Amino acid sequence: MKKYGMLIDVYYCSGCHSCEVACQQENHYAAEQFGIQITEHIIPKKQGVTIDYVPYVTDWCHLCLGRLKEGRRPSCAKHCMSQCMYVGPIDQVVEEAKNARKPMLYFK
Amino acid sequence: MSCKYLQDGTKVVKTGAWSGGPGCHGGCGVELYIKDGKLMKVEGDEDHPFLHGRLCPRGLAMSQYAYHPNRLQHPLRRVGARGENKWARISWDEALDEIEYKFKKIRQEDGAESMVFGQGTGRDAGGSLIFLAYAYGSPNWTLFGLSGIACFTPRLAAMNMVAGDIQFEDAAQCFPDRYDDPEFVPPEVMIIWGRGTRGSQCADHYYSSHWVVDLMKRGTKFIVVDPRQTWMSTRAEKFLQIRPGTDCALALGMLNVIINEELYDKEFVEQWTYGFEDLKKRVQEYPPEKVAEITWAKAEDIVEAARMYAKAKPASIRWGQPLDSNANSIGTIQALNCLWAITGNLDVPGGEIIARPPYKVTIYPYSTWETVQLYGQEFVDLMNQKRIGCDKYPLVKNFRSWAISDDVLEQMETQQPYPLRGLYLYTNNFMACTAQDPHRYYEAVKKLDFNVVADCFMTPTCQAVADLVIPGTTFAEKDSVFTTGVPLNAIHKEIQVAECRSHWEVAFELAKRLNPQAVPWPTLKDLFDARIAVCGKTFDELSENTWDLAPKDHESGCSGYYRYKKGLLRTDGKPGFNTPTGKVELFSTLLEQYGADPLPHHEEPVESPLSTPEVYKEYPLILITGRRMPTMFHSEHRQIPWLRQFEQEPIVELNPKTAEKLGLNDGQWVWIEGVRGKCKRKLRCTPVIHEKIAMAPHAWWLPETNGAAPNLYGVWDINVNQLIPTGMNHPLTGYGGAPTKTMLCKIYPLGENDAIPTENTQVNRLDFSDLYNEVPAEDMEAPDYRGDKPREFATRSSWDIPQNTPVYSFKHPQAHMETKHMDLEEVYAHNKAFKAQFADQTFAPCSQER
Repeated sequence: MKKYGMLIDVYYCSGCHSCEVACQQENHYAAEQFGIQITEHIIPKKQGVTIDYVPYVTDWCHLCLGRLKEGRRPSCAKHCMSQCMYVGPIDQVVEEAKNARKPMLYFK
Repeated sequence: MSCKYLQDGTKVVKTGAWSGGPGCHGGCGVELYIKDGKLMKVEGDEDHPFLHGRLCPRGLAMSQYAYHPNRLQHPLRRVGARGENKWARISWDEALDEIEYKFKKIRQEDGAESMVFGQGTGRDAGGSLIFLAYAYGSPNWTLFGLSGIACFTPRLAAMNMVAGDIQFEDAAQCFPDRYDDPEFVPPEVMIIWGRGTRGSQCADHYYSSHWVVDLMKRGTKFIVVDPRQTWMSTRAEKFLQIRPGTDCALALGMLNVIINEELYDKEFVEQWTYGFEDLKKRVQEYPPEKVAEITWAKAEDIVEAARMYAKAKPASIRWGQPLDSNANSIGTIQALNCLWAITGNLDVPGGEIIARPPYKVTIYPYSTWETVQLYGQEFVDLMNQKRIGCDKYPLVKNFRSWAISDDVLEQMETQQPYPLRGLYLYTNNFMACTAQDPHRYYEAVKKLDFNVVADCFMTPTCQAVADLVIPGTTFAEKDSVFTTGVPLNAIHKEIQVAECRSHWEVAFELAKRLNPQAVPWPTLKDLFDARIAVCGKTFDELSENTWDLAPKDHESGCSGYYRYKKGLLRTDGKPGFNTPTGKVELFSTLLEQYGADPLPHHEEPVESPLSTPEVYKEYPLILITGRRMPTMFHSEHRQIPWLRQFEQEPIVELNPKTAEKLGLNDGQWVWIEGVRGKCKRKLRCTPVIHEKIAMAPHAWWLPETNGAAPNLYGVWDINVNQLIPTGMNHPLTGYGGAPTKTMLCKIYPLGENDAIPTENTQVNRLDFSDLYNEVPAEDMEAPDYRGDKPREFATRSSWDIPQNTPVYSFKHPQAHMETKHMDLEEVYAHNKAFKAQFADQTFAPCSQER
């Protein structure tokens, strides 16, 4: 079968936690059981810091294939407040990644 | 209403979201998934123009909120002493009878003004509360506890004085097609002034914080003004890290640069502003070098930021609550309003737009005209005679209709000039959140004869002072209309949880009993119909589409650009702004009339290194509180597992260098002590914060600990408001006061005998490492990220909160809401089955927006 992947443009992720709770709600996961989990990275620079939020796709993620079949986006991608998540067949996701500012790809 | 059915019989229905429940200022559209009368999940509504299907974590965790086992499910009467945590379940009839009897008794003995009606922040509480208070005859409607109503109201008041209307940064929010609107252009430069992105309450009346990300994608450049480095500041062109409470000086410094370098919009200034020469004279007192000294920002940065902002066409400013939280807030806001007015960014595409509710529909008044539209000039004048604070503050008398909480407190203590007998609170948790100097409030409210608290959960406030507790509802359980922003939203009732009743239902019923003449409508829906009649729809018709926006250049002046030229803003229909002079008043004639400074000026905060150098010697850190969290709204949501998981303990942020100097370690529990009081917090070291500043989030309480006094869910241990004084609001305007961002403090470790507040927090931790070992690697189709050793997962399958209520208990089994733990085997089986199903199929990529 076709392989699917997820692209996250980390530059725009503000760390709002919507994807994490959307996933838990969709899959009835308990608290602290994440299909996707955001980690905060604060890296000191010469002047000030950079702050990045990086969503990590865990083993609990199954890309909401059921939703994809119905033509709906996975719960996390739909509810992402920054709209920086894209899910689709790998070749298309890679194509999308070329336009991203700080792309991160997950293949399932 | 708009709904569809899924194959399994689940009903998917669109509605508006406005708290209580998700906890915020509303505006979003959601889809509720309802099966057998139960709310299964909440998703964003993709057809709704506010968020286009996105939704914040608080909205997404609604099913856990609605069916939380500890939710208040029926009215309770206190059976022990106040604070003893002994409650008896009573029926709604008993509760309403008791309220009716006591309210009538108080009105008969001391007059209706002896009852105070308090709400929390501006949500779906104000409309029903002012309705109830006015029907009863009490003018004392207030945001109970918050000194100087220092949240948005000072901004509303100042903007109304300067330009006659409130203004919001433009993101095409008034148009159904949003960013695709042909007239809209994204701002070239946007200043984010004292406001976060992730945590700043995603929906805020006319703006959602993540629209700045939409604008970022459309090319907007940013300038950030904040004492802390934020996610936004790391993506901005310019970052001004200023000392808390010096915003006005910075704005005046920028005005100095813009005026002296003649970067302002000369045509607009000449035709549409009043008092420019006075402002020009005033800003000469604030050269960038002097401002740099006051604010800690570099002079060249101030100059560059001012130039960058003034040269950009269009440009906008997005500001946050910190501007309200000092006595000089009116001046600060005036200065910022002047900034966007003289640069010609007012009421232009991509600048700041005049914000009015669609069609001028109003239910919850945010300004004087709205109160008058709802209750008539005569009645409002009558109410103004006895409202607490009206005789003292001319602005309070003339703007909106809130009593000033500082003076309410004083009157409760002194019982002068007239006695106060009771308090009716709706979703106000002043003990943990709203009140500055909460001890004083606690003592004062404890002495009142009759207190009613309505809320969704048992809170420290209910425990401490309530005689009667009535259960509130989430947005899925009520009929209501959202009018304090865009778009106009209908909220309709889809589920019933136990005996919970919406506050509109309660207020309607009580108002009918207390003053039948004030309620000429047979049902609540008739009331809504009457209130929204100006939009040309009934409540049911509005519910059909759930939302509505007025067409451009509608006669109510609520949508479009350049409305001041078209004569849409003034009631007399003439071009210009809705101010006494018809122009943007850089020099405020109203403030002059009230005897206050008509021009903005900088004032040092109550406590600061400059105003109280002696205090600063002993308390060498500036304490900011009130930072918002993305998952928990003020004091709400501490008991919702999906939301508490991200921030489990109350923290204080310190720069690692400062912590090292003080000999403190990351993760250690510490005391934060100020002149007035102290509280415990867990230390988090982070370089985002300035070395001379400490940051402690507000509104913490621990619902998992004992609710009975003196513990009261741990508020006296961890409530940071104990360090903050009340009664420091502006002596003339009344607005702006709670110095939540500018107090001085010192931080030191807990003593040997000091208990850690979260020590006994019971958290069930399940270890799944065995489970991992049972799953052979070859059975896994997806790549294995785990490495050699199983990754540890911890989960809370149940949030074990001790039940301390002897009479009161409600633990109905609600299997469908329990978060099921799906083990890995299931996940992979699920995954495998799904993949088999979709073999050889392709789906379109799902990116919606780029």
